[in-house]
Amino acid sequence: MSKIVVENLAKTFQIPERRPGLWGALVGVARRTYRSVKALDGISFSIDSGELVGYIGPNGAGKSTTIKVISGILNPDSGRCEIDGLVPWEDRIAHVKRIGVVFGQRTQLWWDLPVIESFDLLRDIYAVDADEYVKTRDELVERLDIESLLNVPVRLLSLGQRMRCDLVAALLHRPSILFLDEPTVGLDSVSKLVFRDFIREMNTDRGLTVILTTHDMDDIEALCERVIVIGNGQILSDGPLAALRKQISPERLLIVEFEEEDARVSGLNAKIIEQDGHRTRLSFNPEKISASELIAQVAAQHPVRYLFVENPPIEEIIARMYTENSL
Amino acid sequence: MRGYGALISARFRTLLQYRSAAIVGFTTQIFFGLIFVMVFEAFFESSSLPQPMSEPDVITYIWLGQAFIMMLPWNVDRDLQALVRSGGVVYELLRPMDVYTAWFSRAIALRTAPAIMRSIPLLVIATLLFDMSGPDSLAAGLAFGVTMIGAILLSCAITNFISITLMWTISGEGVSGFAPAIVMVFSGMIVPIPFFPEWAQTIIRILPFSGLVDTPYRLYLGHLPASDLGLLFGHQLLWTFAFILLGRWMLSRGLRRLTVQGG
Repeated sequence: MSKIVVENLAKTFQIPERRPGLWGALVGVARRTYRSVKALDGISFSIDSGELVGYIGPNGAGKSTTIKVISGILNPDSGRCEIDGLVPWEDRIAHVKRIGVVFGQRTQLWWDLPVIESFDLLRDIYAVDADEYVKTRDELVERLDIESLLNVPVRLLSLGQRMRCDLVAALLHRPSILFLDEPTVGLDSVSKLVFRDFIREMNTDRGLTVILTTHDMDDIEALCERVIVIGNGQILSDGPLAALRKQISPERLLIVEFEEEDARVSGLNAKIIEQDGHRTRLSFNPEKISASELIAQVAAQHPVRYLFVENPPIEEIIARMYTENSL
Repeated sequence: MRGYGALISARFRTLLQYRSAAIVGFTTQIFFGLIFVMVFEAFFESSSLPQPMSEPDVITYIWLGQAFIMMLPWNVDRDLQALVRSGGVVYELLRPMDVYTAWFSRAIALRTAPAIMRSIPLLVIATLLFDMSGPDSLAAGLAFGVTMIGAILLSCAITNFISITLMWTISGEGVSGFAPAIVMVFSGMIVPIPFFPEWAQTIIRILPFSGLVDTPYRLYLGHLPASDLGLLFGHQLLWTFAFILLGRWMLSRGLRRLTVQGG
């Protein structure tokens, strides 16, 4: 049986609207007008124990709303959701004991308290056994290397430091599911790497089930076997990352910097997107021509200073997916 | 219960950190206390009619009021307001706790920590320098103690009610505008209730706010007999209970229609 089952989840928000200007404000006092926004429009998926699933989509697609519904914060308008046999918004207290949640833009730590006191407070709130707590905490603290931060008030931490502390905080009560909502927003590359390693390890070694929303395609590529794409409150695709890529856009980018300025290439089995100064951007389909073959062809025409292969950014893939789905 | 206790203690410790606010507040309260005392002295000197409270009683009453002013439900919990505004309130729902009780725990810390910090030095100074007197009798002192607990519970229930309205108004400016006026006047903080006209006293005694100030302070003075303790404490508890029911009902509605600010 699946660990997380979501069926036909729908949620509509009523957004108050105000006409612009002073007159609009005055009218708004007398009569409020609301606009309905369908944040979720019939979402269904199921996730097995131990899966690490990427949940992606553009801003406003419904990612965070999904996370909030399945973590028990928001009530949906209709639909079903069962996680380990519990309905999140009906059995909220029992449900939240089993999950950990990290919102990248907010902290669950107490702003004015030193990190360690926040952890102790969580121990009491989750009623974690004292010995077990010390064991879990020390393991996590060592793993994420935050020993030196424990006595610092949370408001003085940098974003990267805070994220590491927030990860520990979310796992102190040993949940079996972890929801991560844009956890890497604003992190520097070192912090992102630390984060990815850690999540991968928790997933493989501890069997933690993880749902991760992000805009960073590298997070997805580094971590997720399976990707669910959501747009306008509906699921657009659900499957392995490679399949998604193939389905939408098999192409990769080759960026070459030549020794000479204004070196022009021609006659390649690739599309030239841009040639500017030393730099040339090519897009190619790896099924038609392998990267090494293309590189050999390019290098044969002009001396190359350096080059790299890039994936089209996630927003581009999603944008294409939109066009294909005529959304 | 352990979680709620930990929450109270954490908030309490945080609030005790605001020492400069306490020092400034202490000075303000001394200043206001002296003004109130002067106003009442002038009043007693110019009046030849018998008054419902004696001058020394009124002076003690004023200093008690200044000492425990932070205990009154006159403002919103700034911390909670920030949480609602920023959307951080989601974490309140992610804890395995009853949200109403968790917020009540916050209120307990909010209504005790600053009050304790200000009241102790203020009571000492007022007793030594400004003619404040002790409780009328041992019984009066005990009755005062009991009804102060009742006053704190009532204050927390009202504070929580105000906090919950934040879920609708978000800014909280509206409520924090009129709540102090109502609380200060009808609790007897500005003018002790016996000085109100008869007809107004009947209404004010039924309203909840007299339980915050008038009840404990006049028991302290022996102006209300300690034998009335049961009735007065009952009045406080009944209103506390009413505010808890109302608050819980509003919170459950608020959570159902919750829109998280900031995505």
